[in-house]
Amino acid sequence: MSEEKKITLIIERQDSPESAPYEETFEVPYRENMNVISALMEIRRNPVNAKGEATTPVFWDMNCLEEVCGACSMIINGKARQSCTALVDQLEQPIRLAPMSTFPITRDLAVDRSRMFDSLKRVKAWVPIDGTYDLGPGPRMAESKRQWAYELSKCMTCGVCLEACPNVNSKSDFIGPAAISQVRLFNSHPTGEMNKSERLETVMGDGGIMGCGNAQNCVQSCPKGIPLTTSLAAIYRDTAIESFKSFFGSDNKL
Amino acid sequence: MAGNRDYINRRIHSLLGVIPIGLFLIQHLTVNFFATRGPEAFNAAAHFMESLPYRYVLELFVIFLPILFHGIYGVYIAFTAKHNVSNYGYFRNWMFMLQRYTGVITLIFIAWHVWETRIAIGLGWVDLNYQLMENILTNPFFFWFYVVGVVSTTFHFANGLWSFFVSWGITMTPRSQRIMTYVSIIVFLAVSYVGVRTLFTFAYGI
Repeated sequence: MSEEKKITLIIERQDSPESAPYEETFEVPYRENMNVISALMEIRRNPVNAKGEATTPVFWDMNCLEEVCGACSMIINGKARQSCTALVDQLEQPIRLAPMSTFPITRDLAVDRSRMFDSLKRVKAWVPIDGTYDLGPGPRMAESKRQWAYELSKCMTCGVCLEACPNVNSKSDFIGPAAISQVRLFNSHPTGEMNKSERLETVMGDGGIMGCGNAQNCVQSCPKGIPLTTSLAAIYRDTAIESFKSFFGSDNKL
Repeated sequence: MAGNRDYINRRIHSLLGVIPIGLFLIQHLTVNFFATRGPEAFNAAAHFMESLPYRYVLELFVIFLPILFHGIYGVYIAFTAKHNVSNYGYFRNWMFMLQRYTGVITLIFIAWHVWETRIAIGLGWVDLNYQLMENILTNPFFFWFYVVGVVSTTFHFANGLWSFFVSWGITMTPRSQRIMTYVSIIVFLAVSYVGVRTLFTFAYGI
């Protein structure tokens, strides 16, 4: 049998949240149709680096393996994306992997995306219907509206848009495009719309819509193809109108 | 108004960039363009501007205060960005970075320009006329300093106009934003021509 073809991975590792990061190179045997996760699984099966030294297996986060859960985001050859859909055949060699620097690193390639879930809570990214009695069916939604709203609902809170955004960093408190797009989604819902002003007031506060600088990396990077910049512009418009309504007064203010 | 202080400051920052600063920029470059019709035409136009009624009020509220607010708050905004064009080299990301760089260059240029013209005139060191600008711009260093300053200003204005349209919710769809990009490129080229053409007249008399 001829010599085995190998792929090289240069991985930025970190043993604990506080420890210093370091690089480690691995060589794994090539198989057809590999993705980055299958290469990482190979390292886990045989945790030996390129120098032939035994090391700890590389740790990463994953769940669905079909780009719907958002857990396996990492920086692959410089760009943030899902490692499950990063196919080895389409990547430049050697493959460089790093954790998303916008988030606190838990270990190796795994990050803590809690800030995104906190943002969803802050903007109330849900339709409140709990009460002491049955509220009955809500108003119907136009099919045309449901179609674009469905696109927004594909967000899997993966964090790629936050990582790509030049305005989401330690010097700014911007919550990022994902949560702002969810404000648009729930404000477009016929029942969710009843809390429209409340959500808008939240994104008119700290870390809100004004943190956006229109660099538009988010829409280029979103693995789900969500029209994030359209959502940001929609919220820019809605907050501008909300400002006038609340300053000058309006009976149409919710 | 609703929203917190940060929100209101950002809205004011965005508004002031176009109204009145953008409008003033166009007016300023247009009046200067009279230089291409000869020193007498420029002096007459400059004198007309100089003798406008309640001039100090106009200067304070249309020029100085808006530029001070936009400039100082803009520097704060510029330094909260963490540029990443090396990994995400998309057109808009470049524009985002250049908007911040040209903002800082423009602020330095305007500070020097105001010092050497308006403040020097106000203190009686020089007189406002064609000769003043000719003396400044026949120096090759200052000629190129002015070219960089003017082009940086017009870029910042044209690209700022693009983001103004997004920030106020006018252009929402990718298509309208793309068309606005073309419009902003035309605005940039046209306003740059007006500005740089005038500089050549002062420097080389052509």
